[in-house]
Amino acid sequence: MAQPLDEIKIGGLGARRRRVEDDRFIRGKGTYVDDIKLPGMLYMEILRSPLAHARIKSIDTSKAWAIPGVRLVLTGEMAAQRNLAWMPTLSYDTQAVLATDKVRFQGQEVACVVADDPYIAKDGCEAIEVEYEPLPVIVNPEQALAPGAPVIRDDKEGQRDNICYQWEIGDKESTDRAFAQADVVSKLKLHYPRSHPSPIECCGSVADYNPATGKLTVYMTTQAPHIIRTAVSLVAELPEHMIRIIAPDIGGGFGNKVPVYPGYVCSILCSILLGKPVKWIEDKSGNLISTGFARDMYLEGELALRRDGKILAVRLDATTDNGAFFADAQPSKFKVGLLHSAFACYDIPYGHLTARGTYTNKAPGGVAYRCSFRVTEAMFFQERMIHAAASDLGMDPAEFRRINLVKDHQFPYRTAFGFLTDSGQYEKCLDVALEAIGYQDFLRQKERAKANGRLLGIGISTMTEPLGAGNSREYDILGIKMFDSAELRVHPTGKAILRTGARSQGQGHETTWAQIVSHELGIPADDVIVEEGDTDTAPFGMGTYASRSTPTAGAAVAMVARKIRAKARKLAAHLLEVSEEDVEWELGRFYVRGAPSRGVTIQECAMAAYSNMPDGMEPGLEGTAYYDPPNLTWPFACYVVTVEVDPETGVWDVLRTVAVDDCGVRINPMIVEGQIMGGLTEAYAMASMQFQTYDAEGNCIGSNYMDYLLPTAWETPGFELHEVVTPCPHHPIGAKGVGECACVGGPAAFVNAVMNAIEDTGVRNIDMPLLPDRVWEAITFRRDVSGAPPVRRD
Amino acid sequence: MEKRQIKVTVNGEPRLVDVEPRLLLVHLLREGLGLTGTHIGCDTTSCGACTVLFDGQPVKSCTMLAVQTDGHEVTTVEGLAKASELDPVQEGFKEEHALQCGFCTSGMMMSAKALLMENPNPTEEDVRWALSGNLCRCTGYQNIVKAVLWAAKKMQSEAAV
Repeated sequence: MAQPLDEIKIGGLGARRRRVEDDRFIRGKGTYVDDIKLPGMLYMEILRSPLAHARIKSIDTSKAWAIPGVRLVLTGEMAAQRNLAWMPTLSYDTQAVLATDKVRFQGQEVACVVADDPYIAKDGCEAIEVEYEPLPVIVNPEQALAPGAPVIRDDKEGQRDNICYQWEIGDKESTDRAFAQADVVSKLKLHYPRSHPSPIECCGSVADYNPATGKLTVYMTTQAPHIIRTAVSLVAELPEHMIRIIAPDIGGGFGNKVPVYPGYVCSILCSILLGKPVKWIEDKSGNLISTGFARDMYLEGELALRRDGKILAVRLDATTDNGAFFADAQPSKFKVGLLHSAFACYDIPYGHLTARGTYTNKAPGGVAYRCSFRVTEAMFFQERMIHAAASDLGMDPAEFRRINLVKDHQFPYRTAFGFLTDSGQYEKCLDVALEAIGYQDFLRQKERAKANGRLLGIGISTMTEPLGAGNSREYDILGIKMFDSAELRVHPTGKAILRTGARSQGQGHETTWAQIVSHELGIPADDVIVEEGDTDTAPFGMGTYASRSTPTAGAAVAMVARKIRAKARKLAAHLLEVSEEDVEWELGRFYVRGAPSRGVTIQECAMAAYSNMPDGMEPGLEGTAYYDPPNLTWPFACYVVTVEVDPETGVWDVLRTVAVDDCGVRINPMIVEGQIMGGLTEAYAMASMQFQTYDAEGNCIGSNYMDYLLPTAWETPGFELHEVVTPCPHHPIGAKGVGECACVGGPAAFVNAVMNAIEDTGVRNIDMPLLPDRVWEAITFRRDVSGAPPVRRD
Repeated sequence: MEKRQIKVTVNGEPRLVDVEPRLLLVHLLREGLGLTGTHIGCDTTSCGACTVLFDGQPVKSCTMLAVQTDGHEVTTVEGLAKASELDPVQEGFKEEHALQCGFCTSGMMMSAKALLMENPNPTEEDVRWALSGNLCRCTGYQNIVKAVLWAAKKMQSEAAV
C-alpha cells in the first residue's frame, strides 16, 4: 500500500511554502506595466490643473503641436467629440476625463500630450497655455454645507447644494429610548484624516488599439481587470469581446488601483485616435494629488451606558469629504460603504447611524484603502469610543470590552445594524493578547514610571471586520454582482494550471491558490501554476480588494478542485473496475473500500481522462467554479500597544505591539503573517505621521514623499504576532479575510495607548496623526487637539 | 536635443551609449539598456525603488543624470545573481518572506548589498539605518530586516569555509 501523502510536504493547507512569485521579483524579472514596451509605442503625459477651482477661459495648444516629436495634443473638447469628456464613477456619479468648462480640484486632468518619448511629452505639456479664472475654493464639509456656498457640481442636473448623499440606518426610536434610560452617555468627536494609499508603483496603462482587427488591448495597473473591461466597453462603446485588459505584475494596490482614472481613458482614446500603442505612466506627484484618496470622515458618536459597563445603544453621525466627484469604491447598496459594521463585535441591542457626503474642491476620495469600504473609519471610531466610554465609567478598558464583546454561545449573532456575524472567539482573542503583553504587570510598571515623571500608556483595539464581498444579494459594483471564479485544468500528466478572476498585487495568490488545489486534490503545489489578470484567459471575476481573495476567489478554487475530484472519482471507478459508490478518497488517491491497497492516484486519473475514459464520458479534466459566498467572513483581532510619551517634546515611542488575529484556517501561515505585519506598519503610519492636508486655496500639501510622510525601517517598531483559529463556518476550507485587519484595527490601538499615557491631563482626543506638536499641545494646554476644521451639524 | 556619447560599465559589461544630457540614469537603464528590474517609484529620491550601485555606493538613479556615469561602474538588480546562483541577499529576501508586490524589492536589495559590502556583520540597528532611504508599503520592514541579517550570516558562513 502506498504511503499516505504528507500534506505539508506537498505544499498543502498550513504549509509555510516559500513564495513562487519571489523568484522573478528578486531577479528583477517581474513585468510591471511600465516594463511593457510595444513596437511603435508612443508616450502620453497629462497636464494637470494648478488651481483647485477655476473656470477655464481658454486652452491654447498651438505651441505644443509645434514641438518635433509631438503626435497628439488632446483636450476635453476633442474628447467630447468622442463622447468621452465625462465618465461614470464606481458610485454612479460622473467624473470629467478632461476638464472642459471648469477645474474642480488641484491636479485635475486638463489636457494630454502624446509624443515619441516621455521627455518630449512633458515638453509638450509645458507648452500648453491655459487661462484660468479662479473661483472660491471649498476645502472641508463645513464650508461645503454653509448656506450660500458655491455649488461645485453645477454640471449635475438638479444639484443645488454640495451634498452628494444622505443616508441613515438603524432603529432611531429604540435607540432614543435606550439613551433616555442610560446612566451615562459617553460622547466623542473625531476626524479620520484624508489619506492616500500610496503604493510605491503609481498608476499607468499601455493602450494598444489595432485598427486592422478592431481589438483593444490594455495593460493596466488595476486590481479588477474584468470590471474595467466592462466599464471600458460601456464608456468607449467598444464590444466587450474586442477588449482585452491585462493586469501584469502590480506594484501594490491597497484600493488605489480599483477606480478608473482619466489617464487610463485618455491613453485608450489616444491609441484609438492614433492607431498606435500609447503608454501613460503617472508620476508620484500626479498620483498623490489626483488618485484614490481615502477616509476624510468626521464623526460624532455617542454610547448609552449602564453604570455596570453594559452598552445599551450607539448613535453615530458621520460627515465625509468626498472631493469633487463621488468616486467611492463601495458596494452600491450602502452609501457610506460598510460604516455601519461599527460595533459589530459588541453585543449592543440598538443603534442609529446618520451619514452624509459632501462635495469639496479636493481630489475624488473614498476608496477602500486597505479595507472594505469605510470599515477602517468604522473600526477606528468604534475603538476610540470604547476607550473613551471605559474612561468615562472609570472602568478598566479591557474589562469594559470583556463585558460587551459578543460571547461564543451567541453566534450566529445579528448586530443592531443588521449584519450576521457567524463565528469568533472574541474573549479568547482578548485574553491571548492581554497575556502576551503582560497586562497587569504593565499597569504596575506604568504606576511606578509615573512616580518618576515618565508617561507610559497601553492601548487596546478589539475589532471584527466584514471581509470578502459578496454575497451577490447585497453587494455589487456598477450593477455587477459580487462573486468570484476559478478555472482549473489538469493536464494528462497530472500537472495543472489554475486561473482566477482575482488579481494579486502582492498577496501571493500564485503560492496560496496552488496550496488550496494541493489540499483538495493531493497534487503537489509545485505542479500547479497560477495565472491571473488577463481577461482573455481568466474567468470573469470581481478582482482583489476588501480582503476578498481568499473568502471568494480562494473558495472558488476549492470548489473547482472539488468538481475535478468528483470527475476523477468516476475515472477511478472505471480504472479500478468497481462502482463509484465503492471508491474512497484520501489525499491524492482513490481506493476501493475495504481494499486500501487497490488504488489509483489523482495523476493516474488525470491521464485516464485523456486516454482511457469510460464510454460516454466527456474527455478532459478541467472545470470552472463561480462562487457566491453566503455571507461575508468575519475575522476578529485584538491589537495591544504600549508606548512611552515624552511630555517635554510630545514625541512617543512604541514599546511593544502585540497582535492576535483570528482569520480562521491559515492556508499559508507565512503569507498570513506577512500580511498582518504589513497592515500593522500602515496602522502605525496612520497613527504617527501619514495624512494628506490642503491649504485654504485647495493646494495639496503632501504632493511628494518629502511632504507626505511614510514610515521607514528606522521608525517602524517591531510586532509580535499570535493567533486564535475559529474556522469560518461557511467557507469551504474555513478561511477568512486577513490582509486588512491590522491596518483597520491597528490605528486605534496606537492612539488609545498615547491617550492612556496622558490620561491625567483629562484630554479625550487628539486627531490622527499624533504628531509630536499635537501631543505636546494636548499635554501642555490640557485640551483636545483637532487636526481638522470643525464640521457643521444640520 | 543633442546627444553625448558615454562609456559606462553596467553589471560588468562596458556599454557605449548616446544620451541626451538631461536623461536620467534610471531611464537609461530601463529604456536604453532594457534593464527593467530598477523601478521608478517617486521621482524625488525619496522611495529608493530605483537604487543602484554606482562604483559600489548605493545611489538613487532617478536623481542622477546618465552622463554622470561616464567612465564609472553601475550595478543593477540584474547584476546581483551570477547565472542561476542567487546572491545571499536575494536568497534572504525569499527565505524570510521580505517581499510582497516586489516593486520596492530591487532597491531594497541594492541598499542591503551596499551595506553588507561595507559592513559584513551589521546589527539590526545598522540594517534599519541603511534601509531608511527605501520605502515599502506591503510588507513593512520586520521581515526585510530579518532578510538582510540572514544574508549577512550566510555570507559570513561562506567566508569561513
